[in-house]
Amino acid sequence: MENHFFIENGLIAILAASIITYMFRFGGLILADRLPQTGPLRYFLDALPGTILVSLVVPSAENAGWQGLIGVAACLGIYAKTKNLLLTMITGVLTVYLIRLFC
Amino acid sequence: MTNAKPANTSTQKHSSLYKGAIANIPLAISAITYGGVLGVLSAQNGVTWAEMSAMNILMFAGSAQFVMVDMWHTPLSVVAISITVFIINLRYLLIGASLQPVFSGHSLWRKALFMHLVADENWAVTIAEHRKSGTDPFFLLGGGLLLLFAWSSGTLAGNLVGSFINQPEKYALDFAFTAVFAALTLSLWRGKGDVAPWLVSMGLALICEKFLPGKWYIIIGGIGGALVSAFFDHKRKNN
Repeated sequence: MENHFFIENGLIAILAASIITYMFRFGGLILADRLPQTGPLRYFLDALPGTILVSLVVPSAENAGWQGLIGVAACLGIYAKTKNLLLTMITGVLTVYLIRLFC
Repeated sequence: MTNAKPANTSTQKHSSLYKGAIANIPLAISAITYGGVLGVLSAQNGVTWAEMSAMNILMFAGSAQFVMVDMWHTPLSVVAISITVFIINLRYLLIGASLQPVFSGHSLWRKALFMHLVADENWAVTIAEHRKSGTDPFFLLGGGLLLLFAWSSGTLAGNLVGSFINQPEKYALDFAFTAVFAALTLSLWRGKGDVAPWLVSMGLALICEKFLPGKWYIIIGGIGGALVSAFFDHKRKNN
């Protein structure tokens, strides 16, 4: 019988992700003196968070069609103005909801 | 004033712990709302409160949890999740490295224990405090504990509320992820130098999403764009 707390592989995935994350936190502190302060690896690491998020968001926006593109534009506008994540989410959802309702 | 010495008395430790928590209050409030957003999304993807709690306590990493929740479908690929989390949380290597002055002179087990509760928020507050007047690892831990409490409250409340919403598409709740990620992406924009890497990521992600299974497009797009950045930045700085 399946348990109701974790999906198959769920706990293993969480444990694996947790160990990886911890290794970086602790490992970074331990490796502190040996990490490059300049050079290609440093630029690569600095650029990574941004490029990952771009890769994540663009296909999902594209899958939401033209309604999604308008929704994303609204989100970017609100976030640039307010820097408020919750407000941005509400704006995006509301925009797409209204477009789907009327178009 | 030089506060760089390790806090040895228990009064000093408690006062640092308390000061760290107080300094992180504004960030904890934003962690509650941000966690609430993730909680609602997690319920939409069928993530249970037990899974959410395990992620909160064992992993304690906001953006990686967002992506994991997004990938939470059967069959669940441990390899794909591990690689994605590996890539997203690589930055903790640098964050950990930057905390070296705060931990200098403290024991290895203290380093091993306290580093688990390092998030972007308490890290930033601690580094700022350390540059201003010097601080110790207990300040960092105080912030971490408060953030863990805020983050758990937010995500679990959202998870509970979210499970009552049955038809996410009807209310465009399926778009909530895209909305949040678009905003987060914007906050990571560093200037003109990001144009080429981000365009490459965009192209790679769109192509790979059509032709490859699972979430590989995130990994390939992310690495591809960052490689472009490494190449151009390195070349520019050398000229």
